[in-house]
Amino acid sequence: MERLSENRRAAIWSVVLLFVGLFVWEISISAQTVNTGELTEYELLTGAGTAKAGVPPPSEVVVKAWQELSNPFYDAGPNDKGIGIQIGYSIYRVLTGYFLAAIIAIPLGFLIGMSSVAYKALNPFIQVLRPISPLAWMPLALFIIQDSEASAIFVIFICSIWPMLLNTAFGVAGVREDWVNVARTHELGAFKTAFTVVLPAAAPTIVTGMRISIGIAWLVIVAAEMLVGGTGIGYYVWNEWNNLDLTSVIFSILMIGIVGMFLDAAFGLLQRRVAYVE
Amino acid sequence: MANSFLSIEKLTQRYPDGKGGEFTVFENASFGIEKGEFVCILGHSGCGKSTIMNILAGLSEPTEGVVKMDGYAISGPSLDRGVVFQNYSLLPWLTALKNVTFGVAARFPDWSKQKIEDHSIAFLDKVGLSGDAIHRKPSQLSGGMRQRVSIARAFANEPKLLLLDEPFGALDALTRGTIQEELLKVWSGTDQTVFMITHDIDEAILLADRILLMTNGPLARVAESVEITIPRPRVRTDIVEHPNYYAIRNHLVQFLGKRSAELAGQTSAEGETHAPETVLIEKTDHAADEQPLLQAVKT
Ligand SMILES: Nc1ncnc2c1ncn2[C@@H]1O[C@H](COP(=O)(O)OP(=O)(O)OP(=O)(O)O)[C@@H](O)[C@H]1O
Ligand SMILES: [Mg+2]
Repeated sequence: MERLSENRRAAIWSVVLLFVGLFVWEISISAQTVNTGELTEYELLTGAGTAKAGVPPPSEVVVKAWQELSNPFYDAGPNDKGIGIQIGYSIYRVLTGYFLAAIIAIPLGFLIGMSSVAYKALNPFIQVLRPISPLAWMPLALFIIQDSEASAIFVIFICSIWPMLLNTAFGVAGVREDWVNVARTHELGAFKTAFTVVLPAAAPTIVTGMRISIGIAWLVIVAAEMLVGGTGIGYYVWNEWNNLDLTSVIFSILMIGIVGMFLDAAFGLLQRRVAYVE
Repeated sequence: MANSFLSIEKLTQRYPDGKGGEFTVFENASFGIEKGEFVCILGHSGCGKSTIMNILAGLSEPTEGVVKMDGYAISGPSLDRGVVFQNYSLLPWLTALKNVTFGVAARFPDWSKQKIEDHSIAFLDKVGLSGDAIHRKPSQLSGGMRQRVSIARAFANEPKLLLLDEPFGALDALTRGTIQEELLKVWSGTDQTVFMITHDIDEAILLADRILLMTNGPLARVAESVEITIPRPRVRTDIVEHPNYYAIRNHLVQFLGKRSAELAGQTSAEGETHAPETVLIEKTDHAADEQPLLQAVKT
């Protein structure tokens, strides 16, 4: 057999692992449902064994996915919207909160990175605020903002601001003095220096921070939407759980993963665009 | 000296010594450089050459003293004073060409994009860079090519004064030789003044009109100014035949090997300026007397 390239071999292994995994899952489910006759009282109470409440086999999830994805944007009332609409809401909230955070974090990070006084003055606040779980802000946000939609966006804002702020500050502070001297000997003004030298020099670090932030924002939105309810993929998962529709739960879990992967890949692409070798 | 193109007057640099006191790198250093001159400065590591250059570039402020160019005290960096840094200092995210156009666009803001690019390409060509190499990023260029880009960037800006801090320090001898020749080619025919730091005696003799010699630090001073009495154009292989060459070279070697240490740390009377003593080595007059003989030998 001729040798395949590393990527080819890895891809074959991925497919093999996928099918083995699905096969094991399918087998174990059908083995489980055979036992229906001899359930303990506890199992009856928790709903195990009934056709509806059992963990669905992958084949059911695939059928469900096909149904949902063939009509993702239907809207049949508040509790019955297509998966596309729900994900759309979530992405909209994530991006709104995220960009608001970026608008503040990146200029502020520049300031902190350029001035050690600003860094020292703001550092205590950053150190205290940063470790707070974004969800801990939720009650306060709901109380002050009085609007669940805006509160969810605020939670995204507050969780995505820190990695961007710190990475921008770190990147800007680490710009080589030689490059700044090049700008100085060319008599570039502060703005020109910031945009033509400091920004490109710090861009890889800044984009790394942005990539971490978008990942966190996507993690947090699911939890936030479970709390505030109404719309979004997080609400969808919670709603289907309440309906005991585990097939939909599993399907939406997969969708969360896939969307998160694409968000991350987009920033990975951006990261490659701004990377440079010294 | 006071009416030289570039005049360095009573320059003093002190730094805190880390133990609460301070140490003096050099004190009351004064010298002048004429327009169009190529001046090299030689001295042992740590004597303060880069410090002087950074002050001339306007990148740092001396503790005391002034630097005047064209009669005006300099303050801060300026496009009139171009710098070639020891570590090239190219912007790694820009291609070689973009690194040069970056400077040209800053110097000539009202030029069209096309004109900026043509001008930059012409200067890259002068230092032997053309073709697809100019579209590569610095990381994809060799050390010699990077330094060429850096020199092209500085010369393309046509500054009145060029400051070079050990531009060839990191290069191998062969590459250094080629780039030295390219540097002479770009410089000759301009009325640009060059101030260059080097560790290499032969390089200094090949390039300079005058070599400034510094004693060892701390309390270093510019002790001598040696005129290089070898006519231009100079070619590496030919100048070694010139009667003055070895005399000058010996003088420099003696200074750096012995006298730089002997003269080190000598403080002089308060406020006295440390102007360098001019050294002129001229063996050709003597040779001229022997001319008939030499010619007789040749024929
Ligand atoms: N920012 C600084 N703070 C304290 N001391 C400094 C500073 N910059 C330079 N020095 C000291 O000043 C002296 C001169 O340094 P400088 O870099 O000018 O030397 P140099 O002649 O260029 O040496 P080299 O040939 O090794 O480049 C050294 O003793 C150095 O330690
Ligand atoms: Mg130095």
